[in-house]
Amino acid sequence: MSSVAHDEHHHEEHFVSKYIFSQDHKMIGKQFLMTAVFMGLVAMMLSILFRIQLAWPGEESTILNVFLGDAWAPNGIMKEDMYLGLVTLHGTIMVFFLLTGGLSGTFSNILIPLQLGARDMASGFLNMLSYWFFFISSLLMFASLFVHEGAVFGLQIGDATTSLPGVWDGSGPAMAGWTIYPPLSALPQSVSGSGLGMTLWLFSMTIFIASSLIGSLNYIVTVLNLRTKGMTMTRMPLTIWAFFVTAILGVLSFPVLLSAALLLMMDRMAGTSFYLSDIIVGSEMLANHGGSPILYQHLFWFLGHPEVYIVLLPALGLSSEIIATNSRKPIFGYKAMIGSIMAIGFLSFIVWGHHMFVTGMNPFLGSVFVFTTLLIAIPSAVKVFNYLTTLWKGSLVLTPAMMFAIGLVSTFITGGVTGIILADSALDIAIHDTYFVVAHFHIVMGMSAVFGMFGGVYHWFPKMFGRMMNTRLGYVHFWITIIGAYGVFFPMHFVGLAGAPRRYYNYSVYEEFDQGALDMMMDLNVIVTFFAIFAAIGQALFLFNFFYSIFRGPNAPQNPWRSTTLEWTTPVEHIHGNWPGDLPTVHRWPYDYSKPGASEDFISQIEPLAEGEEEH
Amino acid sequence: MEKIIILIVLITGVIAIAQLVRVYELTYKLKNRGEHEIPNRDNNLNAKLMLGFMMFQFVGFIYLMLKYGWTGRGEPASLQGVETDWLLNVNFVIIIAVFFITNFLLFYFSYKYVRKPGVKATYYSHNNKLELIWTIVPAVVLAVIIILGLKSWSDLTSGPSKEAEKVELFAYQFAWIARYGGEDNTLGKFDYKLTTGNNELALMTSSTIDSSVQEMGKAIANVEEKLKQVNFDYLSSEYRNLMATSDYKAAVENLVTEIASSEFNLVDAEDLLKHLYAEHTGAHGHVDVKLNQPNAETQSIIGDLEQELSTKERLYRSLVQMKQNHNADVDKFALNDIVQKDTLYLCKGREYEFSFRAKDVIHSAYFPHFRAQMNVVPGMPTRFKFTPTITTAEMRVKKEDAKFNYVLMCNKICGGAHYKMKMIVVVYPENEYKAWMSTKKSATFKDQYFPKEEVETVSK
Ligand code: HEM
Ligand SMILES: [Cu+2]
Ligand SMILES: [Cu+2]
Repeated sequence: MSSVAHDEHHHEEHFVSKYIFSQDHKMIGKQFLMTAVFMGLVAMMLSILFRIQLAWPGEESTILNVFLGDAWAPNGIMKEDMYLGLVTLHGTIMVFFLLTGGLSGTFSNILIPLQLGARDMASGFLNMLSYWFFFISSLLMFASLFVHEGAVFGLQIGDATTSLPGVWDGSGPAMAGWTIYPPLSALPQSVSGSGLGMTLWLFSMTIFIASSLIGSLNYIVTVLNLRTKGMTMTRMPLTIWAFFVTAILGVLSFPVLLSAALLLMMDRMAGTSFYLSDIIVGSEMLANHGGSPILYQHLFWFLGHPEVYIVLLPALGLSSEIIATNSRKPIFGYKAMIGSIMAIGFLSFIVWGHHMFVTGMNPFLGSVFVFTTLLIAIPSAVKVFNYLTTLWKGSLVLTPAMMFAIGLVSTFITGGVTGIILADSALDIAIHDTYFVVAHFHIVMGMSAVFGMFGGVYHWFPKMFGRMMNTRLGYVHFWITIIGAYGVFFPMHFVGLAGAPRRYYNYSVYEEFDQGALDMMMDLNVIVTFFAIFAAIGQALFLFNFFYSIFRGPNAPQNPWRSTTLEWTTPVEHIHGNWPGDLPTVHRWPYDYSKPGASEDFISQIEPLAEGEEEH
Repeated sequence: MEKIIILIVLITGVIAIAQLVRVYELTYKLKNRGEHEIPNRDNNLNAKLMLGFMMFQFVGFIYLMLKYGWTGRGEPASLQGVETDWLLNVNFVIIIAVFFITNFLLFYFSYKYVRKPGVKATYYSHNNKLELIWTIVPAVVLAVIIILGLKSWSDLTSGPSKEAEKVELFAYQFAWIARYGGEDNTLGKFDYKLTTGNNELALMTSSTIDSSVQEMGKAIANVEEKLKQVNFDYLSSEYRNLMATSDYKAAVENLVTEIASSEFNLVDAEDLLKHLYAEHTGAHGHVDVKLNQPNAETQSIIGDLEQELSTKERLYRSLVQMKQNHNADVDKFALNDIVQKDTLYLCKGREYEFSFRAKDVIHSAYFPHFRAQMNVVPGMPTRFKFTPTITTAEMRVKKEDAKFNYVLMCNKICGGAHYKMKMIVVVYPENEYKAWMSTKKSATFKDQYFPKEEVETVSK
């Protein structure tokens, strides 16, 4: 059926231009997905390594020795610095590479043109550039794991052994946490990863930001300009609304992170004092005066908080679509959903200070951030209630994608309510930087956003690869993942309430003052690590299913989920330009499921309104 | 080893699954059903599992609550902590209620409304009244939370009373040092540039400034000397090379040794070498000598030294300025400060005003039992107050743990040994605290800084 494709697209393509330097949004989306899945696996592996350390501190472990080698785990005992390095890279990769690049990059690319009825992104070339920047930054970040004595992969960059390490020396990846607060990140003398490891981190993130900015601008322009005839803004599926607002958040906030990173690089390499003042590191007295480490935190969190919505909104968008389709009902409160997305997007810019309640900020300023932060809970609550009402009196088809979307709603609730505690500055004093925070943001990001991503893959796999994934394996994968992940993150609340600080290599100091608390933490830590390994192994099922189905899965029908949106009106075989012949014209909103009077339980957006039919 | 075996078993499991998938696909093909058509059996099974999962979630939560409680840190041991815990409990009641209700609805709906043959979904796209209700209800609940929270926040962050005892906590990789205001309850001034071997807290008095100026002067001279040496080594080796093959070889060696062991400065040395070279080439008067650039290693050494020199000179200038501006009247505040390592002693019922200072990177002073925390930021002093209300001895009885102690932990990632950066905190009843304090009368900063010397004349 694709033989009627536009002539200009109808030529034999080279392998290179089709699979590597492709400018086709569908291929680029898949490239983002593959890279992100790889990075996600790396980050997951890192977490298993440090969970082993937490559950069995001081015990010799062959696994640690195999993966970290004699340099970082001699006799199978992990070194202190490496623990911090693993945590830092785990967080960085998960937040930026898996969830920002993987989730927004993959699905914005695949779905924006397809759901809007466009032939491609506004600029195919910039889109390709965006992917390759992402790829290079992934490589740099990955390479930083292998920094050793000023060399990476055997390529000597800095001094192998030096008593005064500089920004090109040192061993190990960045070790200052994914938030890389200076001075720790600014001073190579302060920790071994703040040399070459941190330099690579900064280069990688700079390129990543460029990728994200180019991508986001492209998404925004495409949404604004390339909607097909009849596709008004209020007929766009919620996925597109979510991607659109996400892209705006990215464009407004990533440049601030870029400036934060550039200033940090200058402090590291050019002797400036943006973030440094009155410091003696080791026995070296620095002359820097007048800078403020807190300035960095303001800049970082000005991105950092919108960033958490940059990873969450696309997941919410995908799940809105999945839930409506598989409930066979319109999404409840479509306009309210759009309103919530916009409210969340707006508010997310004025809440960053809730990460800084205990930095000594002016208490009045703190109060303002408490107020704005708690306001965000209102649109979030609206979204949850709307999801619940969408399920109510539906006719649910529990596809694996649907299961993940339901899981997302559950974790969004569970993680969201603890946000209320953290947003209350008076309470945050007591639990800031403890495992309670770790539990909170993992349940929202590590679970909700990741579930959204899994749901998206299961749901749009037929669109991406023209084949079906195995459903039953999908079910098993879902159950292992949700049980495993809750098993990991739920107990962490209690570890945190017991006062356990995060980013601790082990809790042995407790022996000196509170054996009871230590026993409890160790009990829970073992449970958590058990569930972490269980959940990680469950991901093997997904990987198997994913790759197996790409090559051997049964062929997909054109509209497997009986969906109303435009992407399912394109042929299964991918073609340049998406639609053979003319672009479709849109006549109705995307949620006409089970509309009374219709013969089918869904009406495609390209179906004209019947005589006397109201739009909705 | 066990873990490896487990891993192998699991990998075998995955392979087995691959086989199952094949079989399963064949049966699907036989039945002529597509992968996208979810059979009712699967649908219903998963719906029931949803309810099952809800039970797992709820039971797990209740079990954890009962076993570990929601404040595993035990009773709050400060006035402020009591308020925090009360507020925490109020908030927890609210969010736990929301957690149970909404999760229940979610999983119950997923179970109840699973597809049934012949039942069509209800077309229900919006209801403004309903949506208004569930915007307003959360807004009201949040208003209550905000008001209560801000009230506590303003209590916790309001300034301490005048009588509050002043203690400074100094953080560095990887330990804490406490400093009490001493008899006058006033902390002496400090400046990081005054840090020396016997003044690790960098306290500011006339004599610490003097000795810092001196030390910095010496350090500068030292670096200059090193720089001179490196330059001279380079210069002499260049000239050595130029005249290496001639009869002048010995003469050069002699001259170099002579210069090195005398007081010549670099310019003189170069003149002498140049002169010798002119003689050697037979030229008289002016010669043009083309020396090679120093090699990369030498260049980098010179660069480092020059940078060190400029840093030290900047510091020196500020120290000299500090000396000029210093008012000796404030010396006394520093001299009677009490410096305390390893253990922080506090008095039950007394309010403390802590100020925090970091030497190198950001740390965070976290007192879990007192529900207190404040970041410790280099270059930016921070402060915080609390009032301990339960002595260590009383808490040991309550916790039935004779070895229990309060603690101050570092709670901001600060380097490899971050996890070991702690200080034991002991809360004494008033009489014991006074007894301890009196043993410290002769352990002031002055006693430490001038161990043997005569008492310094504290002016006026
Ligand atoms: C109801 C909505 C939410 C509220 C009120 C909220 C509130 C907060 C607050 C106050 C903190 C700071 C806690 C502390 O550092 O002590 C925090 C941390 C965090 N939150 Fe949320 N949050 C919400 C939703 C989310 C979502 C949706 C995400 C991610 C998609 C997220 C990700 C994070 C992360 C990553 C951190 C940790 C930052 C760190 O490293 O310290 N939060 N949240
Ligand atoms: Cu935030
Ligand atoms: Cu520290």
